[in-house]
Amino acid sequence: MSVLVNKNSKIIVQGFTGSEGTFHAGQMIEYGSNVVGGVTPGKGGQQHLDRPVFNTVEQAVLATGADVSIIFVPPAFAADAIMEAADGGIKVIVCITEGIPTKDMVVAKSYIQGKNVRLIGPNCPGVITAEECKVGIMPGFIFKKGTIGVVSKSGTLTYEAVDQLTKAGLGQTTAIGIGGDPIIGTTTKEAVELLMNDPETEGIVMIGEIGGGMEAEAAHWIKEHGTKPVVGFIAGQTAPKGRRMGHAGAIIGGADDTAAAKMKIMAECGIHVVASPADIGATMLKALGKA
Amino acid sequence: MNVHEYQGKEILSRYGVRIQRGIVAETPEQAVAAYKQIAEMTNSKFAVVKSQIHAGGRGKGKIVGTEQRGVQLAKSAEDVERISSNLLGNVLVTLQTGEAGKTVNKILVAEDAYYPGDSEPKEYYMGILLDRAKACNVIMASTEGGMDIEEVAEHHPEKIIKEWIDPRVGLQAFQARKIADKLGLTGEANKEMVKFVGALYKAYVESDSSMFEINPVLKTSDNKILAVDAKVNLDDNALYRHPDLSPMRDKAEEDPLEVEASESDLNYVKLDGNVGCMVNGAGLAMATMDIIKLSGGEPANFLDVGGGANAKTVEAGFRIILKDPNVKAILINIFGGIVRCDRVATGVVEAYKAIGEIPVPIIVRLQGTNAAEGAKIINDSGLKVYSAILLKEAAELVEKVLKEA
Repeated sequence: MSVLVNKNSKIIVQGFTGSEGTFHAGQMIEYGSNVVGGVTPGKGGQQHLDRPVFNTVEQAVLATGADVSIIFVPPAFAADAIMEAADGGIKVIVCITEGIPTKDMVVAKSYIQGKNVRLIGPNCPGVITAEECKVGIMPGFIFKKGTIGVVSKSGTLTYEAVDQLTKAGLGQTTAIGIGGDPIIGTTTKEAVELLMNDPETEGIVMIGEIGGGMEAEAAHWIKEHGTKPVVGFIAGQTAPKGRRMGHAGAIIGGADDTAAAKMKIMAECGIHVVASPADIGATMLKALGKA
Repeated sequence: MNVHEYQGKEILSRYGVRIQRGIVAETPEQAVAAYKQIAEMTNSKFAVVKSQIHAGGRGKGKIVGTEQRGVQLAKSAEDVERISSNLLGNVLVTLQTGEAGKTVNKILVAEDAYYPGDSEPKEYYMGILLDRAKACNVIMASTEGGMDIEEVAEHHPEKIIKEWIDPRVGLQAFQARKIADKLGLTGEANKEMVKFVGALYKAYVESDSSMFEINPVLKTSDNKILAVDAKVNLDDNALYRHPDLSPMRDKAEEDPLEVEASESDLNYVKLDGNVGCMVNGAGLAMATMDIIKLSGGEPANFLDVGGGANAKTVEAGFRIILKDPNVKAILINIFGGIVRCDRVATGVVEAYKAIGEIPVPIIVRLQGTNAAEGAKIINDSGLKVYSAILLKEAAELVEKVLKEA
């Protein structure tokens, strides 16, 4: 088992023929992901990377039975691509695009509510089920099949955590990059809940950062419903108030969304909080009683 | 992107929001001319001179070394000349600027909206922002105008009115009526407030703003509702569709190093510490700052070089970090995924050689694809650079070089 994506997932790429879409679709295929086609408006009927190109998501789903989509569409058109995927019958939408206007995301998030669809991202590295299916832009070789689930707002920090886990002898089930924007499809709590309910996952790494209240919400949920050890880290302990730290969502607004405040709540809720990102792997070993 | 009060008011005004009228000036002569126009327009000798800087607390803030407040009332052209001379070109320190303060390059000469009349003028607060948890915009209003809203929220949360806007239908008329009613307004003032809320929300949405704070909103003695101040923050990601708004960026308000970095497409935030850092990815960059602190240093900056960590971006990053005289060491932390570590290492060596002698110790931590090859390139380069592969090793090296410094 795993969550969101596996070897049976049928994946289409929106923004298939662009440079990002081409490069990362190629990498995904090399990893073994079942990419069945792609969508680029106006280029329907062509072949790209030996797979069919469609004008619309609806056509792509009808022709291929795709249930997962990954979006590499430029920011100005990405919210529209998300809504098109939801309308076209895609069940898991992974949006990589960074820089989507917030107003557009508010509309897209509202549009998909109540539909049977899960959005991951935007502004995220994607989702990977180790050694089975990569729907994202992460370096596949650092992942090893195992029992740890990873939830993170950040790309390279996820790779850091996964690399430490793998080197500690702990493989992964699924790693979910939820994204660093103020409006994202799947919250920390929702991603943690998916992994908590996955029978193969034995431990969860939860990586957050300054800004917003998602980590606190997840921590309270874990306290109530958690059945597996969770190791947590919050990036930005040294970040100043009111400055945007790269990610559009990484900005301290008040006293509740500092790293210190989040870490305190997480520790109170029974999460193994690490102060240093260098300690994620070793702490998970200890939490599992393997160290 | 932050804009000045006068620019924020210009945006509001375009969408029919009534504002305290004013004219911006950069010299005392312009200020006097502006005053004369305002005096004629309002038929009053009273006007307000307001420092235009990107920070709040201007009314209580003072010009360094003087008792001159950042916002002052003038009763004559002579007053305006004296006040504007005292403000322009000088450094204003407020609760929000930090000790260094900000230079006042522009002032706004504005009408006095607190004129006497049939009723007492009264101040309110109104803000619009994104509620991240509910994924929709929220209008916040309060009768406690002119106060710090965070303090009101802490001590009197019941005094903050919130109205969430359904993105599928936008602001509805009844919501504006609810706000006006809860603010205790009646008669003409109530109707004016309903109009004000509607226009303000339209301005927020159509300008792609990420935050509005109108503090205070004023009910005048003749029951008009107007924005006396305007703090407006525009969504950077949406600026591409507002070619009329992007020129409002005032680079003089930004740290010169941050301006230089943005010209090289680097995401850089200047901080006050002694260890510079250069990292790929925002989350890892924040985590690297945290590592520096845990190793006994203080981060001198946030710097995300993004996906393209090559010789050119690394060199630009070096040059910017080295311009900060507080920097005693530099930590480069790259997790090579798609980017290969040997390429990054070659880039670091080339950048180092292009700059010549770098006077502070450099720690290069490369992990991921071809990490060992990257470390070899660094070690064989003959440069005074420490290399590390594990994050823990990098942290220990930071500690070591700081002790030796």
